[in-house]
Amino acid sequence: MTLTGFVAKNAARNKRRSLLTVLSIAFSLLLLTFMMTIWRTFYLDQGTPESATRLITRHRVSLTFFLPGYYREKIRSIPGVVSVVPMTWFGGLYKDNRPENFFAQFATDPVEYLKVASDKTVPPDQAEAWLRDRAGAMVDVELAKRYGWKVGDRITLQGTIFPVNPELTIRAIYTMERPNRALYFHATYLEEAVPWFKGAAGFFFTHAASPDKVAPVSQAIDDMFHNSPQPTKTESEHAFQLGFIAMLGNVKAFILSICAAVVFAILLVSANTMAMSIRERTREVALLKTLGFTRKNVLSLFVGEAVVLSLFGGLLGILGAFGLIHAVTRSPASIGIPGGLKVTLPTMFVALAVAALVGFLSASLPAYKAARTNIVEGLRHVG
Amino acid sequence: MAIPVSYNIRNLKLRKGLTLMTALGIALTVTTAIFLMALLTGLKRAFVTSGDPLNVLVLRKGSEAELSGGFAAESLQTLRNLPGVAKDSHGDPTVSGEWVVVIVLPRKDGTGEVNVTVRGMMQTGLELRPRVKLVQGRWFTPGQREVVVSESIHKRFAQANVGDDMQFGKGPWQVVGIFDAGGSAYESEIWGDVNQMASDFDRQGGFSSAYLRATDPVAAEALKNRVSDDQRLKLDGMLETEYYAKQTRSGAPIKFVGLVVAVIMAIGSCFAAMNTMYAAVAYRAREIATLRVIGFSRPSILTSFMLESLLLALLGALVGIVLMLPFNGMTTGTSNAITFSEVVFSLRMTPGVVGAAIAFALIMGLFGGMAPAWHAARQNILNALRD
Repeated sequence: MTLTGFVAKNAARNKRRSLLTVLSIAFSLLLLTFMMTIWRTFYLDQGTPESATRLITRHRVSLTFFLPGYYREKIRSIPGVVSVVPMTWFGGLYKDNRPENFFAQFATDPVEYLKVASDKTVPPDQAEAWLRDRAGAMVDVELAKRYGWKVGDRITLQGTIFPVNPELTIRAIYTMERPNRALYFHATYLEEAVPWFKGAAGFFFTHAASPDKVAPVSQAIDDMFHNSPQPTKTESEHAFQLGFIAMLGNVKAFILSICAAVVFAILLVSANTMAMSIRERTREVALLKTLGFTRKNVLSLFVGEAVVLSLFGGLLGILGAFGLIHAVTRSPASIGIPGGLKVTLPTMFVALAVAALVGFLSASLPAYKAARTNIVEGLRHVG
Repeated sequence: MAIPVSYNIRNLKLRKGLTLMTALGIALTVTTAIFLMALLTGLKRAFVTSGDPLNVLVLRKGSEAELSGGFAAESLQTLRNLPGVAKDSHGDPTVSGEWVVVIVLPRKDGTGEVNVTVRGMMQTGLELRPRVKLVQGRWFTPGQREVVVSESIHKRFAQANVGDDMQFGKGPWQVVGIFDAGGSAYESEIWGDVNQMASDFDRQGGFSSAYLRATDPVAAEALKNRVSDDQRLKLDGMLETEYYAKQTRSGAPIKFVGLVVAVIMAIGSCFAAMNTMYAAVAYRAREIATLRVIGFSRPSILTSFMLESLLLALLGALVGIVLMLPFNGMTTGTSNAITFSEVVFSLRMTPGVVGAAIAFALIMGLFGGMAPAWHAARQNILNALRD
């Protein structure tokens, strides 16, 4: 019998224990993968190539202050700017004010918006229909799915920031790589309904010619309005999103501490099991040694068994993470969780590496002890 | 006859290493759960304690928060003359027209920028909030570029000591005092004179909200309805307590992630506990058989092992609670889903949270112990004795 076969046989010996250990490791790694995926989406992901060329300009004081609409043409005059479009956070309610029914709504200029947001795919006829209808809206496909909306459906939003309840017709449904569950409608609709908002914009969305133009353009925009009554703050789209995440609180420490707790917990669990199963086999170890197995052989037998079990748990956990993320992104309760969470290959590798490491570490001490036991004492052992 | 609990305790003691490791595994799960619960409790408390039942908050109709939109100054006159409004120390109606804006301030420790609420209020605004106490310096003077900051702003941001100048709006504002808001949502605010604020942020001629203080809770309810029903005003009245209760939904993302994390960790720990208990049962097969022979019934064996599993979980819960103690009272902040500004709150391990954590651990123990205990009770006596 080969060493591998021996390890496999041993792992399957106490089926119930192995199963429980694998399951317990699987659930921990499921959580670890989930947290790592959130981490990656928040901090490591640079977004799509399109988003690397986009900038967001807002009022220096805060996003809750409006900027004058004429800033748009001034920004456009800066070299390196391809297009610029005004956007306003509408913040309205749909149906009721339950948090599950909250989604992002923006008032914008559809013509130029579609140019800037080139990562959104819209069927040309639908885009055309949206451009033509002033009371038309464009919605994310995931959002449409959630409420069962189809092109041509009419919906009413209830304004909270603006004293208007827009009655919109869905004209276009867009898809993008990572769904953002948002709705877009004509800014002119809002400007006509709310006199004091005429000629204003919440923030500007600018498309730069290339990623290396982003820094100089944002500097140029802020310099241009530096001494005006409405100074601006311009950041890359990615930095802007990170700012929102930072507002949620100390998310980094939060995720890290959960991950640490999880890893430590699985280490305990699997060390526990390994200690149990190795103690049971004290006599066997002695027997193996009398047969001529070296300490190293014995050690690698046990460590191998632990690693196999952990890796198995890790694989199950990753599979589970796929399911969990699928469920979470579709759950209506998942407000504040970004869309487009995806378990990537590197995340999977890290999870498996953690699993293998945990298996290795947990078996090392008990296996070392077992490998060192005196043969005579081992044979005498009752257990 | 029941098997005495001391039997289980001795057994747990006998296999110290195993017991401790399993308990520690459960403890980590419990710690995570307590941490999340304490976070949510603190957040909820920040909102619930903010409102004063005598205060009526008035907003433009349809507006959800003090930030969104405003109304003309003339409406305030109407509000001042409404019946049921309490008189302040000068004999005037206790009504404060206010402007709330959100500004961005960099954190002291350099971990990014935070949205902070700045509230401009009339002098009566201070009388409307009797629970807020000045701890250092003095209150702001109307007509001056002076602000008072909450203790948490003082601690967390640079330039927020008495005598410092804060830069926002159109220039420097002198910090003249620090107040203690007792853990309420005001804990995250900067207060100053409403007229000065409005001119700094180009928002003269109106207010974003108004606060009326009623003479008693019944009058507050009546005042609220009177404001909302008045067709000329186009305003909404609500009790301040109701307003803040609605904002607790800011905790929704934490709650959601917390629930997912706690449940998954609990399932993992259940399996671990099950493993330990199965091992305990296997280890003591002969012992169990002996107990049966002496005359202990199957149900009493079942109860005994269940009890042992629950004891194990309880030990885990206690360790978990102890591990969590140093975090109790830690201050942190999150973003308010309605106002987009930061809410500061402390982690609170209330008796309720501790109770829930123990219950949580016991549930893990229950599920982890059920199958092994069942297995122990159903064991064949003869086979076990012969083994």
